[in-house]
Amino acid sequence: MGLKFERNPAPVWFRPLIPLLAIVLTFAITTTLVLLVNANPLQAYYYFLVEPLSSRVSVIEVLVKSTPLLLTGAAVTFAFVGGFWNIGAEGQLLAGATAATAIGLQMDGVSPLLALPLMIIGGFAAGMAWVLIPALMRVKLAIDEVVTTLLLNSVALLGVSALLNGPWRDPVSQWPQSPEIAASAMFPKLIPRSRLHLGFILAIIIIVVMWFVLSRTAFGLRMRAVGMSPHAARFAGIKVEQTLLISALVSGGIAGLAGVSEVAGIHFHLIDAISGGNGYTGIIVATLGGLNPWGAGLAALFIGVIDTGSQSVSRALGVPVYLGDVILATLLLVTLAMLLLQRYRIRWVRQP
Amino acid sequence: MNDLLSTTFLVGLIAATLRVATPLVFGTVGEVITERAGILNLGIEGIMFLGAFVGFAAAAKAEAAGMAGYLWIGLGAATVSGLLMALLMGLLTVTLGLNQHVSGLGITLLATALSLFGFRLVFGESSVLPSIDPFPQLTPFGDAPVIGPIFTQYLLTFVAFLVVVPVGWWLLYRTNFGLNLRSVGENPEAADAAGINVFRTRYLALAIGAALMASGGAFLSLASLGAFSPGIIAGRGWVCIALVIFARWDPVRGMLGALLFGGVFALQLRLQTLGFALPYEVLLALPYLVTIAALAIAGRNVAYPGAYLKPYRRE
Repeated sequence: MGLKFERNPAPVWFRPLIPLLAIVLTFAITTTLVLLVNANPLQAYYYFLVEPLSSRVSVIEVLVKSTPLLLTGAAVTFAFVGGFWNIGAEGQLLAGATAATAIGLQMDGVSPLLALPLMIIGGFAAGMAWVLIPALMRVKLAIDEVVTTLLLNSVALLGVSALLNGPWRDPVSQWPQSPEIAASAMFPKLIPRSRLHLGFILAIIIIVVMWFVLSRTAFGLRMRAVGMSPHAARFAGIKVEQTLLISALVSGGIAGLAGVSEVAGIHFHLIDAISGGNGYTGIIVATLGGLNPWGAGLAALFIGVIDTGSQSVSRALGVPVYLGDVILATLLLVTLAMLLLQRYRIRWVRQP
Repeated sequence: MNDLLSTTFLVGLIAATLRVATPLVFGTVGEVITERAGILNLGIEGIMFLGAFVGFAAAAKAEAAGMAGYLWIGLGAATVSGLLMALLMGLLTVTLGLNQHVSGLGITLLATALSLFGFRLVFGESSVLPSIDPFPQLTPFGDAPVIGPIFTQYLLTFVAFLVVVPVGWWLLYRTNFGLNLRSVGENPEAADAAGINVFRTRYLALAIGAALMASGGAFLSLASLGAFSPGIIAGRGWVCIALVIFARWDPVRGMLGALLFGGVFALQLRLQTLGFALPYEVLLALPYLVTIAALAIAGRNVAYPGAYLKPYRRE
């Protein structure tokens, strides 16, 4: 008795439906938790999915919440497509945020035209640097990158904490937070008196460029080939190591930009909660988006809605705000399971 | 006088080392058993967190209801929560053969979110952290000098070093089940051909491992703290992931690694309270950095279990 997997690719029209089915199934599963707190599920879903889109202010807040997710989601997507299992977007984000703070603190009296590119380049480089060792170990020594990238997340968090408790501790308040970055290093607002900032545009540009590179260039084709089967790619004459290295480094750099965007666009100083798990959520974004740049973009916006919605559910119905996190984690696992349907037909058989 | 002071310091340091190492021993042995069956369980961080929460919540409720064995009820509930997560991880990675690292991270995210949700649900949003009367420390050597205070420890610490490690070693290397487990982790096709039930063995390895991880988490809330807070695990699960590699997938070496890290951790805590201004984060980052360095040095000779990260499907 057991499950039998038959190779049988799903029809093309079915594939975009998989994330939608996963979302429906996830909400069905998590309804039990809503019932547990004696809240009306329909009301809860209204606050989760409709309320965040019902006013101009909350729509802007959704875009603000989505900005780092667009970047980490894009970072994870790029790495996974290229066959590099980068679990370290969290650490790369922190590296980018640290570099942005270091640069931003020095930008007093410098023109924004110079300061902003410096912040972006510095953050990208820091993210790349943070993934460099796992990437080299994978390429040169064939050491699995999952654990190395994961462990460096903890190291990055400790590094940020060391800076905030040491040289960057606020001299006035003694809080573990860095001094504020120079005004010229702050990302300009897209809409006056809102929190939406340049980082959102940056994220959209990254997604568009990534789509172009992956689907319209020879390099993208080579990358996808390596991601599907390094052996076959090598046989076809592709430089597998070089391609993997580029996938990893670019992915780390994009994750670093998420850190830049949070420092320069939202917080204006470094705190140890600067990420709030956005690096890990990037893995959810990439999976839900089916490892496709546009898919990742939609997934990030959707998760921005859920994030914003979980706060309104909590305010209106007294449902603990963590329900949003439960939904996202469930969504990841359900989507992962349902993606099997893309490649296999699953049947229950009596005799294995 | 100086001599006495340094003896007190050393004795206190050794006692603290054993205490800090306890949850790491549980987690590391649990992860070793799981990985030897060919499954990397990145759910460990979340499973330890869930164990800490469920253990604490069950114990607090039982204590409020006036039950005498409330701590044991808590420990039992924590173990069950670990088993449930093992079942879910098994469903995803063994039955469905999904990507192990994404599944494991998903389990960590899910278990963490469920615990925080549950904590709000059970205890509300009070500003005072709820607490329980925790497990008492045992004093097998009474007031004897040196060994008396060193072995003034919680029961679960004795269990970790005297039961979990030797039994884990015995299970892996001296039983048929252990042989099956390792062969499933090395070469599932061959194991299957030899009549070993790959799926059942992997489920069992996940179950044993997750029960240990959850107990390790519960040690923190039921014994050493008597409370639950969002920062209770604080990356200890990831430390275990590092220790497993550092220990080259062996429970006894895993225990030594846990002691080493426990010692460093206890030392930095003591130096901090004595007023030494040292960047303690550097010391805390050591297990990660040492593990990565060890991997880099061993290079292509790292003895991963053969079927590490590979799902098994009967074609």
